[in-house]
Amino acid sequence: MSLPLASRPRRLTVVHDRLRPEETLLFEALDRLGVEVERVYAPNWSWEAGSIDRSDQVVLLRTLSHARTLVLARLLEADGAEVVNRAAVIDRCGDKAATSAALAAAGVPQPRTVVAFSPAEVIRACETLGWPVVIKPVVGSWGRMVARCRDVDAVEALIEHKQVLGGPSHQTFYVQEHIDKPGRDLRAFVVGERVVAAIAREGDDWRTNTARGALVRGVEAGARLQEVALRAAAAVGGGILAVDLLEAPRGLLVGEVNHGLEFRNSIGPTGVDIPGEIARYLVSRSHADASSRTQNRRAGAVEAVS
Amino acid sequence: MQTLSTPYGRLDLDPARLELGELVVSDDGVELEVVSLEPLSFEPAPEEAEDWGE
Repeated sequence: MSLPLASRPRRLTVVHDRLRPEETLLFEALDRLGVEVERVYAPNWSWEAGSIDRSDQVVLLRTLSHARTLVLARLLEADGAEVVNRAAVIDRCGDKAATSAALAAAGVPQPRTVVAFSPAEVIRACETLGWPVVIKPVVGSWGRMVARCRDVDAVEALIEHKQVLGGPSHQTFYVQEHIDKPGRDLRAFVVGERVVAAIAREGDDWRTNTARGALVRGVEAGARLQEVALRAAAAVGGGILAVDLLEAPRGLLVGEVNHGLEFRNSIGPTGVDIPGEIARYLVSRSHADASSRTQNRRAGAVEAVS
Repeated sequence: MQTLSTPYGRLDLDPARLELGELVVSDDGVELEVVSLEPLSFEPAPEEAEDWGE
């Protein structure tokens, strides 16, 4: 007897390129759940407009490049697949200005942030925010090209470097107040509607990225941390996200929201099976009922227009 | 196990157990990504690119 369409779980697909420990752990977790997963190696994949209906698929994107991941999400959504994370979420998280805009619209606390397009406006923003300031590329990861500037001379030198580097991403200046954090920042791993784990990243470098050697310690996800992290995740559109939080004197502030999270170094310190949590979430999405699927499509349609 | 010669050094591995996207390291210390299984081929794997990362 065949099941009605709405009762059948959708097929799970994971699109990846280089296999990092995260992807291997995810495949192992899905295997432990006894789930059949289609694995797609992105460099061997291509898309033709309108050729395939993927409305029976839930797709997890685990590709390294932000640009590639965003294009994949848009194409797969166009074919009807539910993509984790959705294209609109990847778009917001991959651009710090877009993240700040989404957080501001939702009233989520964040460091004071100014986006400017000319040297004069950048310097005016720095003086308004107060020294030192932090200047970041709007697109970038692992703390690369993030600069802490203590005076006008440093900012002018940075602007000159960016202008010589060229390219549109260096012509938008994302300026934030410097938060004098207590030698660490916090990260909350959000899977769907829950914070499944939280860590503190501690290091001597003022940029406490694990890619820069920061040490990871598991922390309890208190009520306030959970509230702010879940509001931040919802503000960018939800999904599987890592929310970075700064402990400021005025409370927790959201630094950024990451859509392509790495978690290999966080499983041991937290004792949480993060890949298992993600795998279970994917399975739940594959079993989502017809009304939930319809809501997802509607949400996507609204976002595409707005 | 087989020993394969590549322009980036020798690899000692079991081709039947390789996966697309897997990283292997040659005896010259070069990280290579498995980009094809049939025929088996590898490409140097850069550690990072401009828009990689979380």
